[in-house]
Amino acid sequence: MKYEACIGLETHVMQKTQTKMFCGCKHEYGAKPNTNVCPVCLGYPGALPVMNARAIELCCKAGLLLGCGINPRSKWDRKNYFYPDMAKNYQITQADEPLCLGGQLTTEVAGETKTFTIERIHQEENAAKNTHISGASLVDYNRAGTALMEIVSNPCMHSSSDALAYMTALKQIMEYGGISDCDLEKGHMRSDVNVSVRPVGQKELGAKVEIKNMNSFGFIVEAIEYEIDRQIGVIENGGTIDQETRGYDTDRGETFSQRTKEDAHDYRYFPEPDLLPVEISAEQIEQWRSELPELPAQRRARYVSELGLPEYDAGVLTAEKAVSEFFDETCQKTKQYKLVSNYLMGKVASLVTEKEISIADSELTAETLAQVAELVAGGTISSSAANELIEVLFTEGGDPKAIVEEKGMAQVSDDSALEIWADEAIAGNPKAVEAYKAGNAASINALMGCVMKASRGKANPPAVIALLKKKLGA
Amino acid sequence: MAEATHIDVSYVAHLARIHLTEEETALFQGQLNQVLEYVEQLKELDVTGVEPTAHAMSLVNVLRADEPAPGLDHDTVVDNFPAVRDGQVVVPKIIDQS
Repeated sequence: MKYEACIGLETHVMQKTQTKMFCGCKHEYGAKPNTNVCPVCLGYPGALPVMNARAIELCCKAGLLLGCGINPRSKWDRKNYFYPDMAKNYQITQADEPLCLGGQLTTEVAGETKTFTIERIHQEENAAKNTHISGASLVDYNRAGTALMEIVSNPCMHSSSDALAYMTALKQIMEYGGISDCDLEKGHMRSDVNVSVRPVGQKELGAKVEIKNMNSFGFIVEAIEYEIDRQIGVIENGGTIDQETRGYDTDRGETFSQRTKEDAHDYRYFPEPDLLPVEISAEQIEQWRSELPELPAQRRARYVSELGLPEYDAGVLTAEKAVSEFFDETCQKTKQYKLVSNYLMGKVASLVTEKEISIADSELTAETLAQVAELVAGGTISSSAANELIEVLFTEGGDPKAIVEEKGMAQVSDDSALEIWADEAIAGNPKAVEAYKAGNAASINALMGCVMKASRGKANPPAVIALLKKKLGA
Repeated sequence: MAEATHIDVSYVAHLARIHLTEEETALFQGQLNQVLEYVEQLKELDVTGVEPTAHAMSLVNVLRADEPAPGLDHDTVVDNFPAVRDGQVVVPKIIDQS
C-alpha cells in the first residue's frame, strides 16, 4: 500500500522586544542567571502581569506578513502544569481567541511553488531555562516570561523537504519583518512537529505523533524522515500508531516515546483573570500594515526587474536579511549591481565563513564595497586585486583608493609596461607559442597566466591578451 | 440535576499535586458535589442575548510600553531559593518534556 505523510509544525518564535511579555524585566541573552527577574516572572503571589504593547504589535505584524486575519478581540488563558521552568505553575497563553487566525506561506520546494496554510498565531510567554546536572536540574528564570509567539501550521506538509522549505521561509520572513532575530543557536525559533501517515486516498488523518522542541532544521528533517518510516513500518506490520509525544535522539537518529504513566495532559485551560482582552481596531491594523517591510520574495523580484540581476543572485542575496540590506545600501552608492552581487556572494561570503565574522561586524562598509566595484568597473584594478582589496577592507578597513596606491594594486594596462612580461612569457613557453600558432587558440591562456603571475595579478587581462595576440602575429 | 455534575476528586487532587487520604477524598467529593449543584442553579437564568465574556471588567487593552523597569536584586531572589547553585535554583532532576 502507498502511504502519505501529513506534517504540521508548531513553531515558537521569540520576539525581538526589549522587555518580557508581562513585566518590565529585560529580555537579554547571556545575562548572569536570575538577574532579569521580578515578582511577575518569578510567579510570586499577588504579582500582576501587564501586556507588552510592542509584543502584541510584533505578533500582529507577523500575522500580517503571513496573510493572517487579525482578531478584533482576543483574550488570554492559563495553561496549568507543574514544572520548575514555569514558576507560576501555569503559562499565560491564548487558547480559543488568539491574536491571528488563518494565513499562508508560499515558497518553493525543489523548483515547485507550494502554499502552506497557517491555522493561527497566538501570543504566550516563554519558560525558564533548565540546565541538567548530575542528580538535579538548575533553573535560570531570565528567559521566563519573555515574549513568545506560536505559529501553528495546518498538517499540510507531506515530506521533510516541505517542512524544511516552510521553516526556511518562515525564518526569513520573521527576520525581514524585524519580528525576531531567529538565531537558532539562541533558541529564538523552536518547533514541535506533528507527523501522521495515512494510506493514499484516505481523507481522515492518521494518529498523530508529536516530536517536541527542536531548534535545528537538520534534526527536524531527520526526525520527520525517521518518524514517517517508523509509522509506516508499524502499520505494515499490523500495528497501530499511538497518539503520543516522542523525543528525538540526535545521536541515534531515532525518535523515542516520552510517554509517562500519567499519559494525557490535562492543562485545564481557563480564562486568565489577571489580564483584560486585547481589542485591535481596523485603523490600527492598517497602520501596522503600512509599516511592514519588503519581504524576501518582493525583494528578489525587485533585484531581477529593477537591478537586472539573475534570479540566482537575487535568491542568494536575499537569503539573509543582513546581506540584502548591505547589498541595498551598497547599491545606493554605485550602479555596478552585478559586481557588488558577485563580491557579496563570492569573496565577502567566503570571508564571513573563514573569519567567522558577520558583514556587520567586519570593517567592510557599503561605501568601501561600492568603491571597490567602481575601481573594477573603471579598470583601475583587476578582479583578483579586487578580492585582495576586499580582504583588507573586511579585516582592517580603510580607504580603498589609498590601499590600492599603498599596496601597488593598480592594474597595469600600459603596453610599454606589459611588454617585458609578455616577452618573458613568450620566451619561456615555446610549446604554448607553437601550439597557438598551429591554431590552438586556448594555449594563449598559458602565456596569459605567466604574465599575470609575473605582474602579481596587476596586469589588465584584456590588455595582456591584445598585446600577446599582436606579438604572436594573430 | 445533581447526576450531571461530578468531579473526580482523586484525579483533580492529582493534577493539583495535593495528597488526600481516602476519608478526605470522600469528604471533599460530597462537598464539591454540593458546590457544583449550587452553581448549577445558574442554568435557570435566561441568558438569551447576553454576550459570553471571559472577564467581568469592561476594560480592554491595558498595555505597557516596551521599556525596561528594574526587577528584583539577584541576591534577594537567590535568598528565596530553597537550594542554590551557580546563582540558580536547584530542583529535583527534570526527566522529560518541556
